[in-house]
Amino acid sequence: MKNVISRWLDSDVGYSFRTSPTAIASALVAFVCIFCCAFAGWVAPHNPFDLTTLELNEARLPPAWEAEGTRKYLLGTDDQGRDILSAVIYGARISLSVGITSVILSMLIGVSLGLLAGFRGGWIDTVLMRLCDVMLSFPSILVALLIAGVGRALFPNAELSLAFGVLIASITLTGWVQYARTVRGSTMVERNKEYVQAARVTGVSALRIMRRHVLPNVLGPVMVLATIQVATAIITEATLSFLGVGAPPTTPSLGTLIRVGNDYLFSGEWWITVFPGLMLVAISLSVNLLGDWLRDALNPRLR
Amino acid sequence: MKIKLSLCCTAIAVLVGAPSVQAKPFKWSSASDIPTMDIHSQNNALGNGVHAAIFDSLVYYDSKTFKPEPQLATSWREVSPTQMRFTLRSGVKFSDGSPLTAEDVVFSINRAMAKTSNFAVYAQGIDKVVKVNDSTIDFMMKGPNPVLLNQLTELRIMSKAWAEKNKSVDPKDIRAKDETFAHRNAMGTGQFIVKEWQPDQKLVLVKNPNYWGKSDSNVTEIIYTPIKAEATRVAALLSGEVDFILDPSPQDLGRLRSSPNLKVIDGIENRTIFFGLDQFRDELPGSNIKGKNPLKDLRVRMALYQSIDIASINRVTMRGQSQPTGALVAPQVNGWTEGVHKRHAYDPEASKKLLADAGYPQGFEVDFACPNNRYINDEEICQAVTAMWAKIGIKAKLRTLPLVTYFPMIQRFEASIYMLGWGVPTFDALYSLQSLTRSLGTGGDGNYNVGRYSNQRMDYVVDRVKAETDLLVRNRLLTEALQLQNDTVAHIPLHNQIIPWALKKNVDVTHRADNRLDWRLIKVN
Repeated sequence: MKNVISRWLDSDVGYSFRTSPTAIASALVAFVCIFCCAFAGWVAPHNPFDLTTLELNEARLPPAWEAEGTRKYLLGTDDQGRDILSAVIYGARISLSVGITSVILSMLIGVSLGLLAGFRGGWIDTVLMRLCDVMLSFPSILVALLIAGVGRALFPNAELSLAFGVLIASITLTGWVQYARTVRGSTMVERNKEYVQAARVTGVSALRIMRRHVLPNVLGPVMVLATIQVATAIITEATLSFLGVGAPPTTPSLGTLIRVGNDYLFSGEWWITVFPGLMLVAISLSVNLLGDWLRDALNPRLR
Repeated sequence: MKIKLSLCCTAIAVLVGAPSVQAKPFKWSSASDIPTMDIHSQNNALGNGVHAAIFDSLVYYDSKTFKPEPQLATSWREVSPTQMRFTLRSGVKFSDGSPLTAEDVVFSINRAMAKTSNFAVYAQGIDKVVKVNDSTIDFMMKGPNPVLLNQLTELRIMSKAWAEKNKSVDPKDIRAKDETFAHRNAMGTGQFIVKEWQPDQKLVLVKNPNYWGKSDSNVTEIIYTPIKAEATRVAALLSGEVDFILDPSPQDLGRLRSSPNLKVIDGIENRTIFFGLDQFRDELPGSNIKGKNPLKDLRVRMALYQSIDIASINRVTMRGQSQPTGALVAPQVNGWTEGVHKRHAYDPEASKKLLADAGYPQGFEVDFACPNNRYINDEEICQAVTAMWAKIGIKAKLRTLPLVTYFPMIQRFEASIYMLGWGVPTFDALYSLQSLTRSLGTGGDGNYNVGRYSNQRMDYVVDRVKAETDLLVRNRLLTEALQLQNDTVAHIPLHNQIIPWALKKNVDVTHRADNRLDWRLIKVN
C-alpha cells in the first residue's frame, strides 16, 4: 500500500499534485466532506431523521458562539429543532450520493453511446449526434425540470425512493451528452490507428475492439469530465431540490435545507440557510478545483 | 407585420399620452391561487373573497359592523315564519349589459343547491325559491331559519342566460377533472370584471363599467399574484412590487413592522385549524395495521390529541400568532363557550397508556396529509406534530400538497389524517357542525366531513338545530354539539388563526375577521 502511494507520488501526475497547493487543499476539503458524509452516523452529533429526538422548544436556536446558542447544537437548530450541523452532514450525504450515482450512470450511457457513434459512424453517428445537439440546445436545468415534472405526473403518489429515482434519472439524462461528445471525438481518432486496424485484421469482434482497445485510450478525458460533472450534478440536484422538485423535506438534501431556511432569511435566522449553503460551496468548489487540476495534469501540452 | 408594428406604436403612444393619474392599480399577493372561477364549485375562503369582487349576492356583510346589509336585494320581509320575500334592486346590469332579473336569482340559488355544488351548506334550510314577479322573489324555508341572511352573504348571483349559453348550468364538480366554461371564466354584476386569469400566475380584474353601485374605492385595476414561498412574498412587498399581502408569515412580522414604508394590521381570523381523522374505512391504506382502522378507536384519537404540545406550537411555530383552542369554532361564533374552548390536557404519558390500552403499545404507521400553501405555517405545524406523534410511537407518513391538488384529494376521502381550517362566514356554529360533524347526507350535510365521522346523537342534535326557532334552546343545542365533538374527538382542534395583514403605508383597507378584502373600501393614495 505504502509502495503504491509513493510510486504514485513519484509519477508525473503525482509530481504535479505535490507541487500544487490548490490541489492539495481542495483534495483535503473534498476528503473531509466525503469522509463526514460516508460516516455520518458516527460523525454527526445527532440523527436529524430520528423524529423522536426533536424538541420543538429548542427550535431556531442560533449557533453556539451567539448569545442564545448552546454547546449542544454547534451550528444552531432549524424551525423543527433539528441540529443544523447534523442536518448538513446528512443532507450532504444525500446530495453526494445522488450526484455520484447520476454521474456514474450518465458516464455509462454517454461512454457507450459515444463509443458506438465514433466507432460505427454512419447513420448511428448522425442520429446520436443530432440527439446530442437537441439536448445541448436546452439549458440542462430546464431538461431536468421537465423530466422531474413528467416523472412526478406519472407517479403522483411517489414514495420517497421513487422521488430519488426521478431525481437521479433527470440529472443522468441531461448529463450523458457531454461524455458521448467527448468519447466520440477521441474514438474517431483512435479508430484509424494501426493497432485498431491490426486487431480488425486478426478478426477480433467490433465489440471487443471497442471495449479492450479503444476504451482504455479514451478514458483520460472522461475521468476529468466525470470529476467536474460530480460538482455540476450536485449543484443541479441542489437547484432542483431548491425549486421543490427534488429531495422531499423529510429527507432533506442540501438544496432542500437551503429552500427551507430561505423562509427565515428576513427574520434574521440566517444560520438555517447559510450553513447548508456553505457546505454546498465547499463540496462543489473543492471537487471542481480537483477536476481542473486533473485536466491540467493529464494534458501533455500544458506540462 | 408593418400593421402590427404601427398598432404597437399607437398603443404605446396612447399609453404614454393617457392621463395616468386616474389609474390606480392595487397589487396584492397571498400563498395560493383561487381554485376556480365557478362560484359554486369550491367553498374556499380566498376564492369566495375574489368572487365577491366580480359577483354580488343579495345581501353582504358591512365590513365594520358585520351585519348583513342590502346588496342586490334592497329590502326583505317575513311573509310567514317559513317564507321570506326579497325585493331586488332595480337597474342592475351584468357586466355584459344584460339586466339582472328574478330569473337569474332563482337560477343561481338552485345552482348552489345542485348535486355538484359545494355551496349547499349556505342554502341549508331553503326548500325552494319562487319568482313572484320580475323584481320580487320568495324563499320558501323548510322551517324557520334565524341565519338565512348570513347564509345569503355567500350565495352569489350569476346570469342564467350566460350560464346556459356557455354550457355551465351545473357547477363544476370538484372531484372530477373535466372543466366547464364557468371554471375559467366569470361574468357577474360586481364591481370588477375579469380581464385575464393565468392560473397560479396572475389574475387581473378591471373596473366594471356597468357597475350599479357607488364605491369609495379609487382602485381601477386589481392584480393578484400568488407567491407560495413566504420569503419571496415578503420580499415582493418590501421591494414595492405588491401593495398588500394577505398572509405574512409570523417570522417576518418583526421585519415588516419595523419597515418605514409598511404597516401591519392585526386581527383575529374567524377560522379554526384542526386535524380530521378517517373513521370510516375498515383499513387505512399506507398503515401497517391490517384488517382494522385504529382511528375508529376513541382511545387512539384521544392519544393523538393529548400528545400534541399546542403551547410549543403556539410559541415556537406560530410565534404567538395563534389562539390555541379545544373547540371547532372561534369565540366570535354563536354556540362557542369557555367550556367547549378548553382543550384536553397535553400529556404524552397518558397518550402512551391510551395507545397500549387500545392494543397498540408499539404505535402504528399512518398516512398524514397537509396542504403547504393554505394556512399559516401549515407545513411547519404538520412537521412538528409528526415529531410529537413519533414520541408516542405513531409514525405519521407526512406528505404535503399544494391546495389545488390537496382539496380534491381529501374530498375523494383519500386521506387518513388531514389538516383543515374552517372559517365561519355565518358566525353560527351550525355552519361548521353541519359540514364537519354531521354524517354525510344531502344539502351540505357532512360535505367537508371527509373523515366520515358519524354519531347518531350528533346527527340528531344538528338536525334539531336546523329547525329550532327558540334562540336560547338553539344556542344550547349548538354548544351541546360542540361539546360532543370534543368528547368523541371527532376532530382534533389546534388553534384559531391570528392573521395580520401587511401593506404599504399609502394603502387603506379594513381588516375583516373572514380574512378577505372589502373591494369597496380599498384606497390607494
